[in-house]
Amino acid sequence: MTSSDAIVIGGGHNGLVAATLLARSGRKVVLLEAEGEVGGAARTHEFHPGFRVSSIAHILNRLHPDVVKAMDLQRHGLTLEGRAMASVALGDAEPVVLRGAYGEMLDGVPASEATAWKELRAQLIRYAGVLTPLLARRPPDLAGMPLSEKLALGGIGLSLRRLGREDMRDFLRMLLMNVSDVLDEHLTSDALRGLVAFDAVLGSHLGPRSPTSLVGLYYRLAGEVGGVPGGQMLPQGGMGGVVSAMAASAAEAGVAIRTGTQVARILVEKGRSVGVGLANGEELRAATIVSAINPRTTFLDLVGSRDLDTGIVRKVQNVRMKGNVAKLHLALDRVPDFSGVAPEDHKGRLVIAPSASHVERAFNPAKYGAFSPEPVMEIVLPSLSDAALAPDGACVLSANVQFAPYALKGGWNEGRPAFQKAIMAQLERHAPGIGSSVIASELLTPADIETRFQMPGGHWHHGELQPDQMLMSRPFFGAGGYDTPIDGLFLAGAGSHPGGGVSGVPGMNAARRVMAVTQ
Amino acid sequence: MTDRRKAQSHIDQLRLETPFHPRLQALAQQNDWYDWAGYKAPASLWDEELEYFAIRSQAALFDISPMVKYRIEGRDAEAYCNRLTLRDVAKLRVGRVHYTAWCDEEGHVLDDGTLFRLAGDRFRLCCQERHLPWLLDSAIGFDVEIAEETETLAGLAVQGPTAFAVLCSAGFEGIERLRPFDIADFQHAGGVVTISRTGFTGDLGYELFVDAGSALSLWDRLMDAGHQHGIRAIGYTALNRARIEAGFIVANADFITAEHAIRADRVRMPDEIGLGWMVDAEKGHFNGRRAILAARSGGTLQHVLVGLEIEGNVPAEHAIVYHRKKREVGLVTAAIWSPTAKRNVAIASLQRPHGDTVIDDLWVEIYALLELQYVKLMKRARIIERPFVKLARRGATPPGMS
Amino acid sequence: MKTYDAIIIGAGHNGLVNACYLQRAGLDVLVVEKNDWIGGAAVSRELTPGFLYSNCSYVCSLFRPEIMRDLELPKYGLQVIAYEGGAVLTQDGDYLASYRDHHAHRREYARWSARDAEAYERYARDVTRQCRFIQPLLMRTAPDPMSFRPRDLSELAYLGRKFAGLSAPEMAEMLRFWTMSISDFLDEYFETDVIKAYLALSGIIGTALGPMSPGTAYVLLHHYMGEVDGSVGAWGYARGGMGAVTQALADSFRASGGTIRTEAEVDRVLVRNGETKGVVLAGGEEVHGRLVVSNADVKRTFLKLVEEKELPDPFLRRVRNFKIRGSSGKVNIALDSMPEFPALPKDSPCLRGDLHFTDSVERMERAYDDWKEERWSADPFLDMVIPTTLDPTMAPPGKHFMSCFVQYCPPKVEGRDWTDADRDAFAETVISQIADYSPGFRDRIVHMEVRTPRELEAEVGLTEGNIFQGELTFDQLLFNRPVPGYAQYRSPVKGLYMCGSSTHPGGGVMGAPGRNAAAEMLRDLKRPAGHMSEAHDVI
Repeated sequence: MTSSDAIVIGGGHNGLVAATLLARSGRKVVLLEAEGEVGGAARTHEFHPGFRVSSIAHILNRLHPDVVKAMDLQRHGLTLEGRAMASVALGDAEPVVLRGAYGEMLDGVPASEATAWKELRAQLIRYAGVLTPLLARRPPDLAGMPLSEKLALGGIGLSLRRLGREDMRDFLRMLLMNVSDVLDEHLTSDALRGLVAFDAVLGSHLGPRSPTSLVGLYYRLAGEVGGVPGGQMLPQGGMGGVVSAMAASAAEAGVAIRTGTQVARILVEKGRSVGVGLANGEELRAATIVSAINPRTTFLDLVGSRDLDTGIVRKVQNVRMKGNVAKLHLALDRVPDFSGVAPEDHKGRLVIAPSASHVERAFNPAKYGAFSPEPVMEIVLPSLSDAALAPDGACVLSANVQFAPYALKGGWNEGRPAFQKAIMAQLERHAPGIGSSVIASELLTPADIETRFQMPGGHWHHGELQPDQMLMSRPFFGAGGYDTPIDGLFLAGAGSHPGGGVSGVPGMNAARRVMAVTQ
Repeated sequence: MTDRRKAQSHIDQLRLETPFHPRLQALAQQNDWYDWAGYKAPASLWDEELEYFAIRSQAALFDISPMVKYRIEGRDAEAYCNRLTLRDVAKLRVGRVHYTAWCDEEGHVLDDGTLFRLAGDRFRLCCQERHLPWLLDSAIGFDVEIAEETETLAGLAVQGPTAFAVLCSAGFEGIERLRPFDIADFQHAGGVVTISRTGFTGDLGYELFVDAGSALSLWDRLMDAGHQHGIRAIGYTALNRARIEAGFIVANADFITAEHAIRADRVRMPDEIGLGWMVDAEKGHFNGRRAILAARSGGTLQHVLVGLEIEGNVPAEHAIVYHRKKREVGLVTAAIWSPTAKRNVAIASLQRPHGDTVIDDLWVEIYALLELQYVKLMKRARIIERPFVKLARRGATPPGMS
Repeated sequence: MKTYDAIIIGAGHNGLVNACYLQRAGLDVLVVEKNDWIGGAAVSRELTPGFLYSNCSYVCSLFRPEIMRDLELPKYGLQVIAYEGGAVLTQDGDYLASYRDHHAHRREYARWSARDAEAYERYARDVTRQCRFIQPLLMRTAPDPMSFRPRDLSELAYLGRKFAGLSAPEMAEMLRFWTMSISDFLDEYFETDVIKAYLALSGIIGTALGPMSPGTAYVLLHHYMGEVDGSVGAWGYARGGMGAVTQALADSFRASGGTIRTEAEVDRVLVRNGETKGVVLAGGEEVHGRLVVSNADVKRTFLKLVEEKELPDPFLRRVRNFKIRGSSGKVNIALDSMPEFPALPKDSPCLRGDLHFTDSVERMERAYDDWKEERWSADPFLDMVIPTTLDPTMAPPGKHFMSCFVQYCPPKVEGRDWTDADRDAFAETVISQIADYSPGFRDRIVHMEVRTPRELEAEVGLTEGNIFQGELTFDQLLFNRPVPGYAQYRSPVKGLYMCGSSTHPGGGVMGAPGRNAAAEMLRDLKRPAGHMSEAHDVI
């Protein structure tokens, strides 16, 4: 039996962040990763000989600057500058192109619409800015907070006041609105509304007309890249490139990374976690256990209900985490030609979401366990920006496609071919001939994501990112501040506040919490 | 589905009848019924005063069928019960029963009841409230099956000094070997009756459980044999007096159960209702452990349940308790003039430190409504030990015949 | 020419409540009503000889008892009778009933699921806890979070104290509850679809949302906050139909000296120098009043009755953005005999309550999907009552009046206005659904009235036929209702007030908006409001 100060379970990006920061605080840290390499859902993998792609997350848009700084990621090989990518709304007519950070400039719409967008964008970024600090800190503690936390919250209140009276009124009115109504109040372009509506609901079980769906857009806009709110980029080498920098930082900090090491259980004695038991029977002891994997797996599989209260088990089971996004990877023998899209813009983010109502219609079947017959999707061609990802002349296509409900009626084995056909039909409509250029394809449904990445429900965020599962209620009340009902056990994954996306914030906050409550 | 259709007829009768109802109906001279968990149950049959004395001087027969009963069975049954309840179930041997309680994750009491260990992997939980969702959710991760058997299992309590004599005369051979909290199976009508030496009166007594189909023959067997030992059927009013004398508490009378408390300050931790002794911090994890231990170490317990003796003879039911006649510090939840102890006793819930470290100068304000006028009495109250009535015959083994 | 102290536009229940309180405070009050009948959407109308139709609102549970008491409504004939039961008839020929008796209710649920039957206890406790927080807010003006006025600050402090009085888990649960969908909320308690469908209906009635839309758990509270004589959550009938509510109000109003003019449609509100001076009627007649109160919805009031130039831009923008999409219709039927529902036991108490045919949350949600596409639901959700079972005076002996509330029904049909043919086709989906469960139903029909949002708007004046005068979503609740900055019954025009369901706390025959508006007006007039009861304590 070996012992250390802290054991971090899960080598996804949040696990790497937590482990690194704890190691830098002088703790002896072991990081355990079940797979043969770290990275979790933020890896790059070869899905066909010579074709590599970011496994799940394929766009970097919210890596937190504090994480970049604390881990010194730029020194470890991460490049963030000068890579803002465009968003292209593929419609029935001319595409609408958002340039700069989430549409600082807009092409493809009349001047009046461009003006309306400019105002709306400014308003949304202003409001997201109010929420940004809330999404970067430990959530407020309802049972009473230390003064420092109260002051920080007060600061958010102040920034709200700074909006001015009328702006603040609108902020409060809009906070929990549905994105579709907000867009209708300002815009007329179907393609533009479709794109923004899609972005608001991407990764969640909501349609644009579901109340609270605007929150998803705020969540996106609260992110930044290289200091630009709403910025987005394709990382060099795929998302695996980001993880490599993190792993290098972890190694430098002295984290002992053990890959191929599956944790079978968390050892609990008298309400306190004391170590982990590995699948191979080995036991590792540590006073602090940080779980950077799914909260349900952590509690129900690793701790087990016997060491938890029934009420906690209930809460864990009630966390909604059924994924709704499929990931499509295509190996293409040539670069596809999306109709009306300038060659340079093919390096951007291509979104098929012709209108907000189209997105809503695509969502409808998901409520009843069926996939969208006309799915909506976000496509990138990463090999255009990073030639190393595909053989010469060939091209990689990576797409997030929704809606693809985890609990598909009839099961995904049966549903997959029909869904893939529906996706290809959509692609063909916007890039005629693309079907004939496919060399190989890989469609990861939520069921596949669940098994391949050990993510229950195949959910990106390890839990629906909706207001009732945010802040102190993420993943559930009683475990919302990274500490848990088990003394010494902390959560650090996307299932915790603020949620998923490659931000590193849960990992960073969890490490800070550990440092605050342990010696 | 056909079962579901068949059950539509349940609405024909708003109150269910217990398997013993025909016999109770025949004896119900007062026709004084009340609603016990949806069942028609007698408050009193012929004379509540004399029914009480049947408990203390003869043998009283009381229908406990409406008690909610769950069977807990499976490989993990012991581990399950240990996680569910406060006491250490590993110490509960087969053929024994113990009084216990269970809490939610905030350490608030969901209910109290008795846990019977019928076999190594089979238990029966008897309680006042229904808990199926809680019991089922508690079973996640355990190899155990939970089944409710309230309707299929009839229950009878035989309580009082001649209770043992009644069972002897009824031919339950070997009954003399039952010590308090022992359980054993006996033959009845080609089947089995499970008898435990338990009760809710603080007296010598037994509780019998039998399939609903054999209920009436069991009743007749006891009544026939008990005739010479003065057996009488009784209603709840008499039983309630005996239980107060014995210092027992009743869920949703002396405390509000966590699943019923609409007002968040009404819930109670075990230490706040006198059940702190059940909490076994040394056994493995159990529901509420973290919260209970945190409340103990953090000194955040709010209430305490005490026994009171109140001067005079006017029962102080639901009276407010004062410190130095001025400061409101609690409420009497149950009170009677005890005919057996000849004392005016009460169970009260007090706000700490009153009843805990501050125990002197307590008063109760009694409003006695007499001929349409309140007579307001401020009476001194003294904290005393429960039970208020302690009877040697309750524990004697073999029991005496009278 | 006479100048009234106050003119109320619209003799709906809130307008009349407002008028009563003002008149009783000593003001000289005139109510003007465009129709030749009064009552707005709380009416009983004899649309066919011998039958009284509650042809709009049909259930009386939300109406505040404090108002009934203050305005002496029982003296003027108001009596409310609680439902005896209710049921969902299922597609497999069974039913799920709801009974007033606690144990019968539990056993009925246990027929479907023993677990759900017991889970109901915890569910009821949790919902009651939420109601207890909201209920005291109904009879108070929502504080303006942007204001530093002492009253707003003290109201905010009141809210803060109420919130701080909760335990931490309660606070978290409340924040969670407010943003959940009723479907997700019910999933945490129940496993049986029909039980969830039955409980979900209160989360959608009157709203343009489906049971899977976040925010519908809150809507459930809105419908649960009613009470019948202290029995919180109970629903009931007004004896004599819903018109009995407004008739009693009108009689109370007249008895205290007030005047009602019917067939007096307001063309516009008279405004001079930013101050209201009265109203101009459709014929051009000017009626002068120092104060004007609009019972009409906020869109109708400010986009039709007040000239644009009188209103500041941000206010107008927000009024235009106010969401008021109608989502329901109504089919009112006179029957020559009691319909039979073979699935139900003979003389079931459920017949004296509300009946439904939607036995799954999915069917309910699919009905909503149709509405989103601007179609009426092919398989609609019905809330059906036969009030004559408890109030036989509403129809000739042995005959019955049936009210079917129908969801969903859009304000426009696929982008165009409703036609008569659309309306008839809509009615047919309703009748055929009922007939599936009630053989011979069609033959019992003596007369039928079908109301889509088109009729509701044309007759009652509800913009887009929205029965709550505005949707009940977060962006339109409390200090956001109807629009931020004007959530305290006042408007940008001096002397012009709002008292309809567009204002806090919203729709339903509750009377609270009318009362709260009167309280604010009397405050502005510095008049005592001693005749106005404080809200009942929630203890």
